[in-house]
Amino acid sequence: MRSTWQLRWGLTIAGWAVGLGMFFPILWMFLTSFKTEITAVATPPALFFRPTLENYAAVLQRADYVAFARNSILVSLGSTLLALALAIPAAYSMAFFPTRRTRDILLWMLSTKMLPAVGVLVPIYLLWRDLHLLDTVSGLILIDSASVLPIVVWMLFSFFREVPAVILEASRMDGASPWEELVHVLLPLCTPGIAATALLSIILCWNEAFWSLNLTTVKAATLTAFTASFSSPEGLFWAKLSAASTLSIAPILVFGWLSQRQLVRGLSFGAVK
Amino acid sequence: MATIELKNVRKRFGAHEVIHGIDLLIKDREFIAFVGPSGSGKSTLLRMIAGLEEVSEGEVLIDGLPAQDVPPSQRGLAMVFQSYALYPHMTVAENMSFSLRLAGIAKDERDQKVRAVARLLEMEPLLERKPRQLSGGQLQRVAIGRAMVRQPKAFLLDEPLSNLDAALQAQTRLELVRLHRELKTTMVYVTHDQLEAMTMADRIVVLNGGRVEQWGSPLELYQNPATLFVAGFIGAPKMNFLDVVVKSVGDHDLCLVLSNGASVTVPAPVDELKPGEGIKLGVRPEHVTLEAEGELKGEIDALEHLGPRAYIHAGLSDGSRLVVQTGGDTTLRVGDHAAFRIRSQATHLFDKAGRALTRSGARIIAR
Repeated sequence: MRSTWQLRWGLTIAGWAVGLGMFFPILWMFLTSFKTEITAVATPPALFFRPTLENYAAVLQRADYVAFARNSILVSLGSTLLALALAIPAAYSMAFFPTRRTRDILLWMLSTKMLPAVGVLVPIYLLWRDLHLLDTVSGLILIDSASVLPIVVWMLFSFFREVPAVILEASRMDGASPWEELVHVLLPLCTPGIAATALLSIILCWNEAFWSLNLTTVKAATLTAFTASFSSPEGLFWAKLSAASTLSIAPILVFGWLSQRQLVRGLSFGAVK
Repeated sequence: MATIELKNVRKRFGAHEVIHGIDLLIKDREFIAFVGPSGSGKSTLLRMIAGLEEVSEGEVLIDGLPAQDVPPSQRGLAMVFQSYALYPHMTVAENMSFSLRLAGIAKDERDQKVRAVARLLEMEPLLERKPRQLSGGQLQRVAIGRAMVRQPKAFLLDEPLSNLDAALQAQTRLELVRLHRELKTTMVYVTHDQLEAMTMADRIVVLNGGRVEQWGSPLELYQNPATLFVAGFIGAPKMNFLDVVVKSVGDHDLCLVLSNGASVTVPAPVDELKPGEGIKLGVRPEHVTLEAEGELKGEIDALEHLGPRAYIHAGLSDGSRLVVQTGGDTTLRVGDHAAFRIRSQATHLFDKAGRALTRSGARIIAR
């Protein structure tokens, strides 16, 4: 009795400690964005200060936030839709028509994530240049969807595997073509899983910085490029950088907050069934 | 309405062959049962008819037309699965009308057909429920109803009763027979339970190790099993087998020596036997009687009382075992010694390879 009570309290305290530890940088960034540049770099760090909105004003004056945000939305949604369109048939065939090589293919797909993106930067850059995809939203969608594709396939594969194959066989006996089987049976059964996958993919694409920084300049630049543009080498503007960062992550933070129930439900899809 | 014909059908998983060339004609409106132990290939065979499993070699003909390259969705067959395989996200009515919806039938007509089947199966109150709100028996009815709604050419049933309790099984068996009579549709029924096959099927196909051991009407298989396997598989409790040696061969009679030294005379088979040859004698529990002067003696080590009758399990002096059917009012007890007599007219003889030795007058249909 006593030991379970102790364990529960221990775990609760540890949980809060980890949670606060992970949240603290974001909180600090948020606070810093309301400080003046001088209080932002003060030692010891200022915990109490007079909040100011001057950083936000300066940041919004210097750059067109709305344009960056629009690109971020287009790229993260577009990449996710494209990745899902490719991954659903792939995961379907691997989950329900496995061959001896299915495991190997899945591992190979995952292994591509182990290669640092910079390893293919030059060839991709040259290809994108020749295809006139540099600094275009579609170019960024293409590369972002390719980079989340392995994870999306893996997640969908594991969700599809939870569906008993016999239910799909029943639909085949009922006269369903492969397409109808997918649309009327498999996808509705896996809605929580697909939603979780889509949410994760949106978040990953939103936060993607490498390709955005290297393949875009002005027209297709996303919020990650917007943030990066404030980390200037000539002098530190912590407060402004914090304001830009806060503006960049605010939409996805709100989005994640609103959809967390769906996300958790999807990620624990198999466990509770 | 459909005939289904299998011509030298084989199935291989990689290099491993599980169905070794099966020929079979399932007639229109026939209720046929595939029965055999697990691993006998009965489900694989059914799935090949359904189109859910590829045919490695040979032909499957539905109404005389080759069906190997026809996808399951186009074969016009309906299947009832062991696990029911209902669509969890659809209501009962949606489950049942799904095939009609795919076929592009208007909603009014779909509803009408679903209602008609629901009325026949007495499950109208369930129509708006989801599968997870139903009991095992109700799920089973929905699965059958879903198969019926589309009026298929034939029904394929894969162990549909094995998840039900005994009482519900008995009731559903009768209902399936009634449905078959009313629908007048070909039914192919797979089961490992010989009782289901015996009570429902017009014809039983006994499968063992991917081969057909024997086919015939339930009574044919019961009375004239062609192999030791069929003899042991059909009938419960199973047939007793005793090792015997041929003592002498007469014109009509055969004298056999039991391992305890006693002899028994049985009608002689057509096949030739030589004195000294070792064969197996099969006799069903209902064809052994308790008799003080009986040729078999043993000690009773278990008694099963079923009310109208009882089964005596006895260990014989030579170590072999015997099951004997007797009246439910028996006063015998475990530990008692008893003597048993074999009804020699009702015995079966099998050679060393397990094949039944034919007797004149008996019709053996072995394949």
